Amino acid sequence: MKVAVITFPGSNCDYDCYKALQLFPEFEPSFIWHREQDLGKVDAVFLPGGFAHGDYLRAGAIAQFSPVMPAVGTFAREGGIVAGICNGFQVLCESGLLPGALLRNDTLRFRSHDVYIRVETVGTPFTTEYEKGQVLRMPIAHGEGGYYADAKTLAELEDEDRIAFRYVTPEGNLSREANPNGSAHAIAGIVNHGRNVLGMMPHPERAVEILLGSTDGRGIFESMTTTPEEW
Amino acid sequence: MSEHQTVVLHSRPGEPDVTPRLVAEHGLSEDEYDRILGILGRAPTFTELGIFSAMWSEHCGYKNSKRLLKLLPTEAPWVIQGPGENAGVIDIGDGLALAFKVESHNHPSAVEPYQGAATGVGGILRDIFTMGARPVAILDSLRFGDLDSPRVRYLFSGVVRGIGDYGNCVGIPNIGGEVFFDRTYEGNPLVNAMCLGIMKKDEIIRGEASGTGNTLMAVGARTGRDGIHGATFASEELAEDSDESSRPRVQVGDPFTEKLLLEASLELIKSGHIVGIQDMGAAGLTSSAAEMAGRSGSGVKFDVSRVPVRESGMTPYEILLSESQERMLVVAKSGHEPEVRQILEKWELGAEPIGCVTDDGQFRVLENGTVVADIPALPLTEGCPTYEYDVEEDHKIIALRSFDMTHILKRKGDFSTQFMDLLGSPNVASKAWIYEQYDTTVRTNTIMGPGGDAGVIRFRGSRRGLAATMDCNGRYCYLDPRQGAKAAVAEAARNLVCVGAVPTAVTNCLNFGNPLKPSNYFQLREAVLGMAEACAYFETPVTGGNVSLYNETGGQVVYPTPVIGMVGILEDVSRALGHSFTQEGDLILLLGENREEIGGSEYLYRNEGVVAGSPPLVDLSAERQLQRATLSLHEEGVLHSAHDCAEGGLACALAESALSGPKGPWGVEVELNEPLAPAALLFGETQGRMLVSCDRSDADRVLGVAEKHQVPTSVIGSVQARSGTFSIVLPLGFIRVRSGEMARRYREAIPAIMEAGQP
Repeated sequence: MKVAVITFPGSNCDYDCYKALQLFPEFEPSFIWHREQDLGKVDAVFLPGGFAHGDYLRAGAIAQFSPVMPAVGTFAREGGIVAGICNGFQVLCESGLLPGALLRNDTLRFRSHDVYIRVETVGTPFTTEYEKGQVLRMPIAHGEGGYYADAKTLAELEDEDRIAFRYVTPEGNLSREANPNGSAHAIAGIVNHGRNVLGMMPHPERAVEILLGSTDGRGIFESMTTTPEEW
Repeated sequence: MSEHQTVVLHSRPGEPDVTPRLVAEHGLSEDEYDRILGILGRAPTFTELGIFSAMWSEHCGYKNSKRLLKLLPTEAPWVIQGPGENAGVIDIGDGLALAFKVESHNHPSAVEPYQGAATGVGGILRDIFTMGARPVAILDSLRFGDLDSPRVRYLFSGVVRGIGDYGNCVGIPNIGGEVFFDRTYEGNPLVNAMCLGIMKKDEIIRGEASGTGNTLMAVGARTGRDGIHGATFASEELAEDSDESSRPRVQVGDPFTEKLLLEASLELIKSGHIVGIQDMGAAGLTSSAAEMAGRSGSGVKFDVSRVPVRESGMTPYEILLSESQERMLVVAKSGHEPEVRQILEKWELGAEPIGCVTDDGQFRVLENGTVVADIPALPLTEGCPTYEYDVEEDHKIIALRSFDMTHILKRKGDFSTQFMDLLGSPNVASKAWIYEQYDTTVRTNTIMGPGGDAGVIRFRGSRRGLAATMDCNGRYCYLDPRQGAKAAVAEAARNLVCVGAVPTAVTNCLNFGNPLKPSNYFQLREAVLGMAEACAYFETPVTGGNVSLYNETGGQVVYPTPVIGMVGILEDVSRALGHSFTQEGDLILLLGENREEIGGSEYLYRNEGVVAGSPPLVDLSAERQLQRATLSLHEEGVLHSAHDCAEGGLACALAESALSGPKGPWGVEVELNEPLAPAALLFGETQGRMLVSCDRSDADRVLGVAEKHQVPTSVIGSVQARSGTFSIVLPLGFIRVRSGEMARRYREAIPAIMEAGQP
């Protein structure tokens, strides 16, 4: 499976994504510089974390105009698998490939620590390898991760089972303290209407080796190799 | 030589005349000015005076510290690059080398905490990647006044945000550091940042301008009017009103440009199109060009009108001395300029040829073809006069050492309240409020992040790992600078062996007051002597560092603070050990000897409001035995945790091991039957002690290994069920608290102060 990792100027988790993908024999990752206008023949696209274009103006706001983004948009609309992590999630929202926006953390500070997230749906190409309700531990590291959308959009996300992950306590319960950034409905990750585009703030690529403290992120990568019938 | 003698320099229109007053304003003494006259054979122009002022400042020229720095051990078989380059470099095996260095940004942070701290990180990152190494970790060592002052809280939160925002954006994990709060740092906080970078051994590049005819290129951001004379600013005392007036001398950082510059520089170095590269850091274009010429014994010639600038009308003086950030000076192979430019363009950065390398040894600056400065390069970098001064220890401090502790040593009974108070001291309490603002896991190599004894990262393609720590207790150094500096080195080494790393090399940051005052110079000299002795003893050479003098405001000098940044190597990174207890029923052992030492302790400060007494003694031989014993225990694989006893003494070290796991706090039951004063036994900060835990069945093995290394060791207690009781029982005193309450106190102390203080 050929996976493109898009590198914007200011991306800083591109290499981490690349290395995480390499841990799985199924993947053949490659970097694509943001000025490319053609993705070539790829089976999936990763938008990594970082500060694309310095996050000037607003996180992800300038990246949506990078030359590569029309191709990513076409790929996504045609059903291609796209995952945006952290800054990548922000870019997907700014590009309109996912609904809503990511606001400054309600603590007004950058937050970097492990969080617990609950798998809310296994009906996506990113979550088939998990159990519904399973609690995962992985790091967050962001200043603007508060998910926001209007009431109608939030209701749609809920009704269409498009909330992939929610912030919870280690025991799997919702609580104000467990939500690190004030996200609406404790949302840590969502998928689009076609379920083929994922955006999430926590970093699964940092939770794929026991040496790094957690392997809970592996399921996202493993799920990506499944076929549409399975999700 | 004949060429430069024929150069006639005219004053630039509008430039002031060089008068004795102007010379003094540039921080140069009469003697130094005479020396300049001798070097030039004529009077300097205003531009040249600015150049000398920056190059001969303490910050660039080390004129007040150079003679002392020569006393430090700098060599070992594994040292590839010692002091004098952008960063020190050591061999770490597997064909890899580690570049590392610490840098201070104290004065800028005192007037503009956010930008001051951010650009401090930017500067140290550039020092690392200009050696050809990819930065892989950041650490920070910070000092502030007491947090009860709103201004201190403003400085503290601004500095932490500045360090975080910069490092987070560039994408370098922060893996550790330290912070200490004491009134002495109120007007003059200390902000020291350290960076580690890894490269292939044969990819090292130096800041040299070699090869006559090669092209000097200004790379990266444009030059603006910010930070002019920052180096000189860093080399004088802060005036009380410096808050407002000095702000223009603080640089403004752009981490996004830095990230691009980092990638572009590493690509450039690998490409083979350049022979040298250096950050335009302190004293900007002046120091980078002069130092590169000085190192290779060549000359340089460049035209300031070709330097890309942010605004028109900048004078040569301003362009030469600007400290605008994210700029590099590159020496490209002649004819390779287009390739250099192409690499920079990919990263959306500019590269402009501004001059060339010459063979006449002159540092020659032109403006639109007219020479505006013409100075022999070597005397500019090496001819800076060096000084030694009279030393005299302050009588007040001698008196403090004999502070009467009798009433403290007599205390008996319940110490629980004092213990809880100590846990809530910002100097002991959890520092999560700080490091949770730093990305600690980006790059996916962090094995142990901040909050432990030392940070640990792996390097891909090897089983081995790197550990790093920063340490210094300014109070010890104030009371006895030689002991204090030794203690800093010893503690750093202990922190490394705690996680299982062999201490390997040191970078230092000497934060002191105005050296012209004999009491300050005494502290500097004593500290360097103590550091030299300990570094030689532990075979941890000093490969570079930074000197920050003049850390005083309104006559208040900071405690002498010689911060040690130490790196070590783990043979098997998967066996890195944390300081948290891991298992109920494990035995707790104390390696090392307890003594009745309470001088300079946090306990003394919290309870008596004084920094007094003799600081804890450092027995280098016992320290080395302890290090060896601990490393042997790591090899045996019998330990479940290891933790150094530091601020707050044995009681607080036990608490930290009980509290720091990801889940609820452990209960602890400890009993000590030593006939020492309870306050000293619980809270004294005696050096050379290590707290370890192991399975009950392994205790004899631990005792055996310790005995083999002649380290006095005993089982002092056991780990109890989570959320149980934390108790320490002595013959004449005790602590007994609920571990849950203890956890709240420890975790919430700093957040509570910072949130209550929000406007």
